[in-house]
Amino acid sequence: MSEATKISIIGARVLDPTQHLDACLDVHLDQGRILALGDAPAHFIPERTLDASGLLLTPGWIDIGTHVREPGPSYKGQLASELPAAAAGGFTHVCARPDTQPVLDSPALVRTLRDKAAGIQGARFLPMGALTRDLQGQALTNMAGLQDAGCIALSQMHYGFQDVGILKRCLEYAATFDLLVCLQPQDPALASKGCAHEGAVATRMGLAGIPETAETLALANILLLVEATGARVHLQHISCARSVDMLYQAQERGLAVTADVSIQHLMYSEHDLENFNTLFHVQPPLRTLQDQAALRQGLQDGVLQVLSSGHLPQDAAAKNAPFAASEAGVSSLETLASQGLALVNQGVLTLNQLIERLTYAPACVLGLDAGHLHLGANADFCLLDPDAHWQVTPASLVSMGKNTPLLGQELTGRIVSTWVQGREVFSRLA
Amino acid sequence: MLVNNIQLTADGRLRHLLTLEGLPADLLTHLLDTAESFVPTNRQAVKKLPLLRGKTLINLFFENSTRTRATFELAAQRLSMDVLNLDISTSSTAKGETLKDTLKTLEAMHADIFVVRHSDSGAAHFIAQHLTPDVAIINAGDGRHAHPTQALLDMLTLRRHKGDFNQLKVAIVGDILHSRVARSQIHALNILGAAEVRVIAPKTLLPVAIEDLGVRVFTRMADGLKDVDAVIMLRLQKERMQGALLPSEQEFYRLYGLTSDKLAYAHPQAVVMHPGPINRGVEIESAVADGERSLILPQVSYGLAVRMAVMSHLIGAQVPQP
Repeated sequence: MSEATKISIIGARVLDPTQHLDACLDVHLDQGRILALGDAPAHFIPERTLDASGLLLTPGWIDIGTHVREPGPSYKGQLASELPAAAAGGFTHVCARPDTQPVLDSPALVRTLRDKAAGIQGARFLPMGALTRDLQGQALTNMAGLQDAGCIALSQMHYGFQDVGILKRCLEYAATFDLLVCLQPQDPALASKGCAHEGAVATRMGLAGIPETAETLALANILLLVEATGARVHLQHISCARSVDMLYQAQERGLAVTADVSIQHLMYSEHDLENFNTLFHVQPPLRTLQDQAALRQGLQDGVLQVLSSGHLPQDAAAKNAPFAASEAGVSSLETLASQGLALVNQGVLTLNQLIERLTYAPACVLGLDAGHLHLGANADFCLLDPDAHWQVTPASLVSMGKNTPLLGQELTGRIVSTWVQGREVFSRLA
Repeated sequence: MLVNNIQLTADGRLRHLLTLEGLPADLLTHLLDTAESFVPTNRQAVKKLPLLRGKTLINLFFENSTRTRATFELAAQRLSMDVLNLDISTSSTAKGETLKDTLKTLEAMHADIFVVRHSDSGAAHFIAQHLTPDVAIINAGDGRHAHPTQALLDMLTLRRHKGDFNQLKVAIVGDILHSRVARSQIHALNILGAAEVRVIAPKTLLPVAIEDLGVRVFTRMADGLKDVDAVIMLRLQKERMQGALLPSEQEFYRLYGLTSDKLAYAHPQAVVMHPGPINRGVEIESAVADGERSLILPQVSYGLAVRMAVMSHLIGAQVPQP
């Protein structure tokens, strides 16, 4: 049976911040693209009609910095589990981290993964190559080769550089090819063996701290070198109020740096570490309530352009350990919709801002023509039931990572259907 | 206080002893009173009591400590418990066996008390959360977090030798940053209503926001020791000279080592304590450690009584009051 290519989604509340669109409209698709919004064109006869009354329809969500875990320990996650998990969370694009095992630093490995991902029904796979060989922060990777192999960006994550000279040369070389460089600012020496924000909570619990200066010092270096080299840099997973200030000042000076914050850093703080709950062990660490408030404000103001999942699936053993010995990460793709709506309910973001920071903003950072519902655009979108109540259980999550502090909780709002290029890649609809 | 959901029963008894943080003052006082009743026992010709006969205690040490393990072992034997010592090097857990696997194996031994020492903060909480609730956990030191029985024995020492806590000014000196002992002492002193708790150290050995625990912070001995009634010295690990926390043992001793000269800043009747083992000439002068105001040896003998008190409380034995 051939798949339907002429489709009408009717009755949904359609949101597209790029068109200032928020209205109940029908959406018509043809050949994987958006054909029309509103009335169907004359002579258009849909092969499938989907009643989406009561649902929100938004451009597909785009995540910068998903950990798909492949190649690596396949019991923690793999393309075949995490790309569908992303789709189940409303994501049509995931920009995958390079800190796999082995590290994603060779064009051949990138090609192999992209071939494999092409056969998986789920979100589109946009690999980020490693900025330095084996992410050691010492030698450059074949950046142009990685770009040719299909890397959307290069990232060093939080692994840092042997010295700032290496960082400078990485930025210069990447700028040669107008490659996007993604960096999570963290000075490895200051972060050392820390596992929690260096502050009152870590002191009381006896946990080795990662000071705010581990982030701000690295960020200062990066900002000055971006200015000097003209490199395109996106900063991943900002965690401190002070960093938001520094980014604001840099942007005021005209520096074109962008940044994201993970949903964990918006929802939680250091106080959630009480009782050594390893599900709150994340990288960078959860910081103070003041930091959390500043990150929320920064996302609202647009100093931080992008909301990211920070998705990092772990197996049970990785979390079943004393805090410092546990591994960092939260499985967050599939709960982001509920948490995002909670931010809207709390007045942190408007619904339009939430959608923009999950769609068009990351598309702009990545230089993708995506994240909108313009006529002729790829039909990449998701349907969200804002009133659905569901309980987070291991079985309710598609991801192999069941490591979420929301386990057992009842949430409101859930993705019910996700479409990539006019194909429904995930559906919870009957 | 969340932790007390784990370590206290609904009627306010200890189910485990993981930390002193958040415990009510009357519970600490009750433990000290019970310990007090065991002090004479340990001086009698026949030292063994049949209180916990038939019960089993397992010393589960993931970090070496001959002395602490020995006092727990002796305390259990004095209460007629059966004792099993298990030294589990971290290398065996590194071979792919997780701590949780190890615990499941040990659970099958049906012990009544596990005494746990581990190099990771929160390890005792982790074990309490993952073992069957029939087993009581005593934290014998987890990372930098807590060492509640050490702090209790220090409180017993102070109470016996100095009396009322609400009159006491106590200074804790040395490596506060890495010290689980200091953290537990600070909690205990504040819960028991000490007049003032101070810490004295160079800034590299002071954790951020330590004042939030209810201490006054000093960086100079002359200021910090002024008029205190008790000085608690902490052991300085040699490896602190690496990693640029301190320049040298000599400089540390010159500035923070407790010498007779520096002790003169304190109250004339001030006592000197140390959790042991002491580094003579690094954090304390021999003349002070062995001097008449030193309580370092009595501390060791009270350690036995405190651990007996905690064990009998956890199992719910009726301790005869003297």
